[in-house]
Amino acid sequence: MPTLEDVKPESAIAASNPRNGNADPAVAMDCTIKEAFYGSVKAVRDTKIPLQKNAITAFIGPSGCGKSTVLRCLNRMNDLIRGFRFEGSVQFRGQDIYGAKVDPVMVRRYIGIVFQQPNPFATSVYNNVAFGLRLNAFKGDSHATVEKALKSAALWDEVKDKLNSSGLSLSGGQQQRLCIARAIATEPEVLLLDEPCSALDPVATRQIEDLMKELKKRFTIAIVTHNLAQAKRVADKTGFLYVDTSDGARTGYLVEFGDSDQIFNQPKEKETQQYINGDFS
Amino acid sequence: MTQEEVKPTTAIQPHPDAEELNPFRGVDFSKLERSLRRPRTLLSVLFSGIITVMTLLAMIPLFSVVGLLLWRGGRKLSIAAFTQLPPAPLDLNGGFGNAILGTLVIVGMATLISVPIGIFSAIFLAQSKSDNRLASSVRFAAKVLTGFPSILAGVFAYGLVVTATGGYSAIAGAVALSILMLPTILLTAEDAIRMVPSKMKEAAIGMGATDAQTVWMVLLPTAVPGILTGVMLAIARGAGETAPLLFTSLFSNYWLIWHGHVKLMQPTASLAVLIYNFAGMPYANQEEMAWAAALVLVLMVLAANLIGQILSRKQVDSNKQG
Repeated sequence: MPTLEDVKPESAIAASNPRNGNADPAVAMDCTIKEAFYGSVKAVRDTKIPLQKNAITAFIGPSGCGKSTVLRCLNRMNDLIRGFRFEGSVQFRGQDIYGAKVDPVMVRRYIGIVFQQPNPFATSVYNNVAFGLRLNAFKGDSHATVEKALKSAALWDEVKDKLNSSGLSLSGGQQQRLCIARAIATEPEVLLLDEPCSALDPVATRQIEDLMKELKKRFTIAIVTHNLAQAKRVADKTGFLYVDTSDGARTGYLVEFGDSDQIFNQPKEKETQQYINGDFS
Repeated sequence: MTQEEVKPTTAIQPHPDAEELNPFRGVDFSKLERSLRRPRTLLSVLFSGIITVMTLLAMIPLFSVVGLLLWRGGRKLSIAAFTQLPPAPLDLNGGFGNAILGTLVIVGMATLISVPIGIFSAIFLAQSKSDNRLASSVRFAAKVLTGFPSILAGVFAYGLVVTATGGYSAIAGAVALSILMLPTILLTAEDAIRMVPSKMKEAAIGMGATDAQTVWMVLLPTAVPGILTGVMLAIARGAGETAPLLFTSLFSNYWLIWHGHVKLMQPTASLAVLIYNFAGMPYANQEEMAWAAALVLVLMVLAANLIGQILSRKQVDSNKQG
């Protein structure tokens, strides 16, 4: 299996790319979006968010501010959408994942994603988790790896007796944890969560939040959330995005980025302050 | 609380034109009992009656055909019917074993031709964007082909295979049937693949699956029940076709497989053509054999449908519970 390093060795790219000369080793991904378009619609502009290693970075903001677009830029999921155009760079392992030689399929193997709606495959719990292993022709002990992933996703005790049951027979919260188990089974470096709790009840939400805090020890996590309290509870860093409607279109941009404490307690920008206070949503 | 306090202190005055404003005036709601004297109830009962009668009427052809087949064909059904060759005129014994084998082989080969072509093109159609010219013309062609007169498929295969190979053969028959089976397989498989929720496809791509892996590991396995249904429908249609085989496989009074040699390039017997041939003969034995062969053909088609349903149900069950 070719890896990202095979495409271009890290040292070579670091030397050739002056932007990386002083890259912060604590940053897993450095996302700089100049402009992102869907067809002729500019969805996001001027957004720069670094993802700290082993930390949870939350993207908050009102509906339609482009926070999901930003998240999906991080593993090139937006490439699936016709007419999507990206200008900027996303630095990962010392190279730009939007570089000409990079295969988006390989990018997604290193940067996993969990979606808003739980989306297990119509197959057994076991096969769901083993999916990524099969994709990559995994040669090791599949059973042990599946068990480890399910334990990491805090789901093992609930499903260990029904590994052969369909993933679709689980409850919504269990399905979402199954999707997290599936995403972490292949040990990605970064885990992107796109409103993972919006379809779940409060108990399941709390379970996922606890899980995130556990998982950040092993992974770098980025989460989009509509729920301010959730960002406050789990996130180490928070970025606030807002919508610019000045030229008729709805274009999202980053207003403020910083430690969650600072964003929630002493926001610098007026918009952030209003949003945190609940003046609009 | 006393009784008087419950009563409203200010009675709501009815609007002066209340009677005229009431959109339901003239309709009697006072009786809760069902009564046929009310027109709306009468109409409802009448419609239910008509629907029941029409449904029963629709079932008459199916059940009378099956009933007649069982009655007329069942008598001649014996082990000999399955193992022996067709009788000569005035011969009182014989069977149609070679025709059963011929139908199985011809339909089997037609399935082998049409299933891969059908499923691969269905993947192409299902994955193509809505404005893909090639996809929409293929889809249009397939839809036209579903209503294609079967005799034309026979003429086409005659021109393509029989004239080229110099004779009637099982292979020519299979080509003719595969033309008739292809559109059913193609269109149902496309539908089945499109029915796979897009969030599953997104999940696979999000895991770093290539397009091929997404198709093989997610889309096809999830679509299997629908695809199987289409294949079984196509097999049922192919097995019953007579006209295309008259031009391509013709008929034979001998076994397709003889002393270990499979003679695919020889004229080959099939149940449908045997029924066609024997039904018109002035001999009682042949006529009865045509009935029995018809019964066997219907049972084979029924079995194919049942197997398809059981297979797809199993798949659905494993999707649900494992």
